[in-house]
Formats: sequence, C-alpha cells, structure tokens
Amino acid sequence: MRFRFQRKYLCIPYVLFLILFVILPIFMIVFYAFTDASGNFTFESFLSFFSSTSKLNVLVNSLMFSILNTLICLIIGYPLAYLLANKKYNTNAVLVMLFVTPMWINFVLRTWATRDVLSWVGISGGTHPYLATIIGLVYNYLPFVVLPLYTTMLKLDKSQIEASINLGCNRVQVFTKSIIPQSIPGVVSASMMVFMPTMSSYVISDVLSEGKITLFGNSIYLSFANSQWGQGSFMAMLMLVIIGISMLLTRNFTEKDAGREQKW
Amino acid sequence: MVKKILAKTYIFLILFLMYVPILVLIAYSFTNTQQIGQWNGIFTLELYAKLFKNQDIMVALGNTVILAIISAAVSTLLGTLGAIGAFYANKKTRAAIENVNQIPVVNAEIVIALSLTFVFVILGQYIFKAHIFSFWTLLIGHVVLCAPFVYLNVKPKLQQMDPSLYEAALDLGASPRSALKEVMVPQLLPGILSGFMLSISLSLDDFIVTAFTRGPGLLSGNESIQTLSTYIQGVIKKKAIPIELRALTTLIFIGVIVVAVLVTFYNGKQSRKIKKRKGREY
Repeated sequence: MRFRFQRKYLCIPYVLFLILFVILPIFMIVFYAFTDASGNFTFESFLSFFSSTSKLNVLVNSLMFSILNTLICLIIGYPLAYLLANKKYNTNAVLVMLFVTPMWINFVLRTWATRDVLSWVGISGGTHPYLATIIGLVYNYLPFVVLPLYTTMLKLDKSQIEASINLGCNRVQVFTKSIIPQSIPGVVSASMMVFMPTMSSYVISDVLSEGKITLFGNSIYLSFANSQWGQGSFMAMLMLVIIGISMLLTRNFTEKDAGREQKW
Repeated sequence: MVKKILAKTYIFLILFLMYVPILVLIAYSFTNTQQIGQWNGIFTLELYAKLFKNQDIMVALGNTVILAIISAAVSTLLGTLGAIGAFYANKKTRAAIENVNQIPVVNAEIVIALSLTFVFVILGQYIFKAHIFSFWTLLIGHVVLCAPFVYLNVKPKLQQMDPSLYEAALDLGASPRSALKEVMVPQLLPGILSGFMLSISLSLDDFIVTAFTRGPGLLSGNESIQTLSTYIQGVIKKKAIPIELRALTTLIFIGVIVVAVLVTFYNGKQSRKIKKRKGREY
C-alpha cells in the first residue's frame, strides 16, 4: 500500500526531539540523583543534602530571595501595568514597548551595567551584597511582571467596574472587589515568571554579590563544576519538584482564565 | 488632572530607573576613563574604534548572531511542524505533546542545561565513543529552549484558521505539500514569525545552557564557542572588563530601540488594517 500523507505525521520529528532532549534528560537527572559513581542505588545525595546546613541554608536563602523579588516586582509592576493599560493615563503603545525592550539587551551585559552603576553610588557587592543582588534581580525581572499584568489589565471588564461604582462602592471597594479579583490570573502568571527563574538564577547573584551570595542555581552549577553529579542532580530534581508543585498550585487560576476566554 | 500628573510621573520615574544603568554606560562610552563615575572630561570615540579591533568581542558577537539565527530557524521549523501535526493528531497524542512541550517552558534553565549535559556525556561515552560537545550540542540546547515557544505561538493561529481551507485546496487538486505551503503556512505566518522573533531573543540572551552545552566550533575555531554572554561573564569573573564593551552596549541598545519602535508601528498598522477589514465585512 502506498504511504498516504496525513498532517499529523508532521509532528513526528518534534515528538522524537522532545523524547530525546526533554524527557530523557529528566530521567537522567532522577537516575543520577539516586545512584552512586558505580551505578548502584543510593540515598546518599538525598541524605547529604538534608544533613548539610550550608545546602539547606542555600535553599532557604533562595526561597527568601525569590519571594522578596516577586513581591517587590509586583508592588512596582502592578500599579505600573494598571496605569499603562488605562486609556486615561496612557495611549502610547511605544511607552509599553519601552518597558519590555530591556529584555532584548543581553542580560549579562545589563547585569554588568547595573553592577558598575551600583558600585558608583556606593552599593557594591563587596559592602552590600544582599542589597545589590535584590536590586539587580528586580531590575532584571520587572519587565517579565509588567507584560503579563499589562495584558490582563487590558482585558479588565470596564462595565463591571462601572457597575460597582454605580452600585455604591467607594474607590477602595472598587479596587478590592472588582479590579483585584479580575487581575488575579495576571498576578499569578507574573509571579510564576519571576519566582522560579529567581531561584535558579546564576549570573545575577554571582556578579552582583561578587560571589558572596549563593542561590540554588549557583549551587547546582558549583556541584556540577566540582563533578559532584549526584549532588547536582539531586538539587536539580528538587528544583523540578518545586516547579511541579507551584504549577499544580496555580493551575486552577490559569484554567479558570482560559475558560473565561472561551466563554467570551 | 493631579491624578494624571501623578500617574505620568510614576510611569516615567520607573522607566527612568530601569534605563539608568544602560544610559550611564552609554554616556561613558564616549570617554576613555577606566572607572565609571570618574568623568575625565575627554570626549572621544576611541572606544568605538577599539571595539571593532577587539578580536575576542567580534568573535563572540559573530558566534552569538550566527547561533541565534540558526537555532531560531531550526526551532521555528520543528515547532511549527510539531504544532500542525499535534493539532491534527488524536486527542491523547495532542495532550501528551502539549504537556511535554510545557516542561521546558516552565523548567529552570539550569535544570535544562544540567540534564542535557548528562545526555550528551552519556551519548558520547556509549554511542559515539567520543567527546561530542560541539556546535551541534549547543544548537540542540538552544532549540530545546526556543522550539516550545514557537509551538505555543503557532497553536492559537491553528485554532483560528478556517479548517476547510486545506481540504478545499486538496479538493481543487493541490498536493498535500503545496496545500501546506501555499494555504496553511500563509495563514499561520504571524504566529510563525512571532515564534521566530521570540526564539532569536531567547537565544541571544541565554547564558547557562550555552555555558553547559557548548564545545569547539563556529568562529572560535578549536576553542570552546564564546557567545557574548559567556565572554562577558568570563571577563567579569577575571575583573578585566574591556571598556570598549560600553560602546557595544550603546550599539546594541540603539539597534534594539529601532527594532522595537518599528515592530510597534507595524503592529499598530496591522491592527488598524484588521479593524478596517472587519468594518467592510460587517
């Protein structure tokens, strides 16, 4: 029988690619996390991670940095996105673009620029590693917050806001009862864009704290550089688990959002 | 009125703060002081002349651009075909592809880099019997980063497309190949293009995956491929940053701003066109 072309066959190369370079690598990580040098099953990496105070410190430190960075980015970015999306205050699309363009400049170059300017004003990695790192993180991730929040704010249901005003809500109530609930999906996706990458970031903390602050990403990098594959894999796996959990926790919001889009 | 002024002030204050580091670098690219903050009063284009003579920077820049274009092209091809194929596959296959496609999107870059490196080491040890880190492993690394985003950009265009167009082309005697090329691809083009642009920007910006998966090749010859990210990270570590990088930052900044403004105007025109077309139809 002659081979008959169907469009679904087009995905075969991509499926093979995904199996080889996305699924297989993850199995490798799990494999190395639980085996020793000769390939025997072991809990050694697991035990040594949870018994090492320095490694646990790194985990807690990274979590704190990620939470702090996410909060600061949201506090700055939320009103910004609201104002940018509001026709009363801004009608210029180029202005929105300008908030996103820094993302296109090589981020190592940007981090270097930030470091030089920070040390010029006296916040160098040598003297204030924490402050320098958090400024660098916010500076780098703010565009990632502004963009999803802006798109959510554009979709705000204006008639619901007007209705709440007509029905006697004061300004605070309009904000807490109409605008915030409507923008939750944007806040969630913005947080996801910042939280996970911060935990695993390598360059920013390395450059801005001059190596004084080790985040989870630096730690994985270091253990790989010191050819401790077991340790590195275990931490990478932990990272995957954390990502998985946060995906599950936030799935409800995004699904609701998708459902709403379909309805309209 | 007061509210409007406050709002504008806030917007421009944040915008200004975001651009301060880059603007300072740009200002200092026109003088030859070693340290930022010590303006020595000399206006010179010396750094720009130096920049083009710096072999290391030029090689890194060349590598970065070549890699970005090739990996974006490969990702666009793979991702687009994948999206089309998955869209017409049965429900279970599609769901599986979509879930796996989501993994690199949410995954931490360092985890992607580390896991790929394991695969390459094992492949080299047991299958190729050689050290396989080269341009090709680097390319695979970048395609893993970019292709899922192409998929995500093409998918909505497939959903919006009129399903009978392709069938009509076949009924009218087109071969599946030409029906794909001349009917489907033009319909999907906006999604394919935005996937391509996103891939370029992801590839240009990447550090970790590059640092893990690169090997000798491209313009670096027999040495490990240097991209701008790895080059700059390397010189920062050694605290020997060539000051002509300031000139490079300025040029990149100008390029990015020009592209951004062009894209914004193009998009504006496009949406106006769509509005016009809709106005005629209804």
